[in-house]
Amino acid sequence: MKYAGLLVMPAGFLLAVAALVLFPDPARRAAFVICGLAVEGIGLAVAVRGHMLARGARRP
Amino acid sequence: MNPIPSVPAMSDAVFPLALALLFLCPLAIAGVALINAGLGRSRSAAQALLGNLAIVAVAAIVFALVGASFAGVLPGASASAGFSFHAAGKPWNWLGEGSFVLRGLASAAPQSQLALLFEFLAVAMAAMIPWGSGADRWRLAAGGASAAILAAFVFPLAAHWIWGGGWLAQLGVNFGLGAGFLDGGGAGTVHALGGLSALAVVWIAGPRKGKFPKEGLSTAMPGHNAAYVLFGCLLALVGWLAWNAAGAILWLHAPLAALPGTAISTLLSASAALAVTLAVTRFRFGKPDASLCANGWLAGLVASSACAALTTPVEAIFVGAVAGIVTPLMVELLELALSIDDPTGAITVHAAAGLWGLLAAGLFAPQPGQLIAQLAGIAALLGVVLPLVYLLFALLNRLVPFRVDPDGERIGMDLHELGGGAYPEFVIHSDESYR
Repeated sequence: MKYAGLLVMPAGFLLAVAALVLFPDPARRAAFVICGLAVEGIGLAVAVRGHMLARGARRP
Repeated sequence: MNPIPSVPAMSDAVFPLALALLFLCPLAIAGVALINAGLGRSRSAAQALLGNLAIVAVAAIVFALVGASFAGVLPGASASAGFSFHAAGKPWNWLGEGSFVLRGLASAAPQSQLALLFEFLAVAMAAMIPWGSGADRWRLAAGGASAAILAAFVFPLAAHWIWGGGWLAQLGVNFGLGAGFLDGGGAGTVHALGGLSALAVVWIAGPRKGKFPKEGLSTAMPGHNAAYVLFGCLLALVGWLAWNAAGAILWLHAPLAALPGTAISTLLSASAALAVTLAVTRFRFGKPDASLCANGWLAGLVASSACAALTTPVEAIFVGAVAGIVTPLMVELLELALSIDDPTGAITVHAAAGLWGLLAAGLFAPQPGQLIAQLAGIAALLGVVLPLVYLLFALLNRLVPFRVDPDGERIGMDLHELGGGAYPEFVIHSDESYR
């Protein structure tokens, strides 16, 4: 689960980069860059959740 | 102060000033080292400080041998030189290309030499930040090996993107986004990178033994010397004033007249952060918390690294105040809710405050499109650096295990790794967390 979250984060980065290339309009560009950051946030949240679950399973 | 996109030649008057400022920058490193040592336990204090020195040494040597080449500020490499590809009609310069082992340093332009010296100090600071988060259980050999990885690959990549004419620096030229990604003092290149690396270390090494018992709240493990921590904050201020001013000269091409304002913004940001953290901890716990206040002060300094040269004094106070509110709350959230054992609070202080500073630079910079450039840079740091560092550190952990064995953790890192303690005259207290 942690690795899945960490894999999602570069996807968010690519979304942000794609927004720079695809949208000349500043408003759309900003919106999609923010969407990319949101995807990274989701990836980070999944990674943190995965870390907590793995720690809970290892705890004696 | 408006950063100038093109790189002007450095005047003879600016060179000695920038060099003098860079000579003061190690005080910031010393301050952070002292804070790291003070926030750890007494039985690991010597190992903590020796680790800081060793990491600085390893990072400097590896950066000189390999990393400086990829960072793209080496002599002979022009600002646009490097590995690049074309996509959507734009060049994407993603890695620097220069000679290894600092060949040609003596014949390089004075500005390139100063930029290189700045990057040496920056890589030392970036590699040292995770060391504090792994305090009391991270082995010296693993700390040195991780510093080598950061100095050889990760830091040069970020430094080239941001300072070496890479694609983030060129966002203004290629996409009309302000002056491109701005990070004069290294809030992203140094602190966010170091803080995110700290998160990877904490995940891999795990918490200190007894930190999170099976039942109940986490165990409080306060730092062993508040005086070290608070004096470290004062020492860091001197270094940070010089660091932000030197960064403004080198990366934002600030005129001399802008430097006092940069220093004042740095001081105000730290001051506001401390005042707000003091008030928050007073409200939350009934009394101000010294270690959290130190973290707030440092978070204010870190946030100012990105935007001190761009903000007015009032804006600097706002930047510091936000850092001061977020720091104690996020430290508590990481420990109590997310089971992340970060003894020095580096994830909050360096990663979160660094990213906030980068965002604030976009909010307060006068150029249109600057905010999008800053957001793109934050996306790059979060989306590339954290997964990359975690992957590299997880592989490294298989070769050089990060965590000390349980017996070593019980007797302390000083005795286990160095054979002697930092305070041999004092009796070490028994530790209830091992009962």
